[in-house]
Amino acid sequence: MTVLWVAMGAAVGAPLRYLTDRAVQRLHRSVFPWGTFTVNVVGSFVLGALTGAGASSTVTTLVGTGFCGALTTYSTFAYETLGLAERRAVGAAVANLAGSVAAGVAAALLGWLSARALI
Amino acid sequence: MSVAPESHNADQDVDVPDVDVADYPVERPEAAGPRLRAVLGAIAVGGVVGAEARYGLGVLLPHRADEWPWATLLTNVSGCLLIGVLMVVIVERVRPHPLVRPLLGVGVLGGYTTFSTYAVDTVAAVQSGRVVLAVLYAVATPLLALVAVAIGTVATRRLVPDRRGEVRS
Repeated sequence: MTVLWVAMGAAVGAPLRYLTDRAVQRLHRSVFPWGTFTVNVVGSFVLGALTGAGASSTVTTLVGTGFCGALTTYSTFAYETLGLAERRAVGAAVANLAGSVAAGVAAALLGWLSARALI
Repeated sequence: MSVAPESHNADQDVDVPDVDVADYPVERPEAAGPRLRAVLGAIAVGGVVGAEARYGLGVLLPHRADEWPWATLLTNVSGCLLIGVLMVVIVERVRPHPLVRPLLGVGVLGGYTTFSTYAVDTVAAVQSGRVVLAVLYAVATPLLALVAVAIGTVATRRLVPDRRGEVRS
């Protein structure tokens, strides 16, 4: 049954990552990969909140492992960062690397603490 | 380090697109209208496959909040190695079906790797008092991920012959 929850969450999370990325990338013309940044930060906040709330194992597998896991991505994040460095946009590469890590961990912490405060 | 191909002369490489891999962001295969549904379907199917693989690895290598998250690290670094390999193959080596990249790149590898678990693993380690572990993990993951993409990219360029049967290295 757990496998099914993971599948259901991922079947929504992965396409939503693609659609969000497209929508965000249309909003700016900079080289910075704001689309991937957005899904990673939002997904980290949601998973942080879920963990802080002590969600049941079913919800954790469906929304956490499935949805948040598939909504966020490390492969695209690293690939885009290397792509910026390859195009000599080293400043943007470093900003993406450090900024995504800092914002993602801060979002996870904020989600965690918000859930703790509310529940 | 630069992983750009050393030779990029469009006049000589007539059947090789004169582009950097970086010009093709992973998440942006063009799709509009009726084709968008097929793209989203391929991403969903790939995403499920990738997420199940990640889940399986997590079951095989479970970790508590105060332990080093090997499963997440292994997932993310291996996924980054594979995206490097995949993007060279489908952008510089073959002209694949238009759904290959949504299926394998955006779907399977995007669904396999995860940023949210990485971020929450880090917070959980801090919450359980393992601050040094949290900092090491938070810093090591992105650095290893970058190295993995670079190795995947460079190794594939060196090992996989292009359409003329030559190895571009």
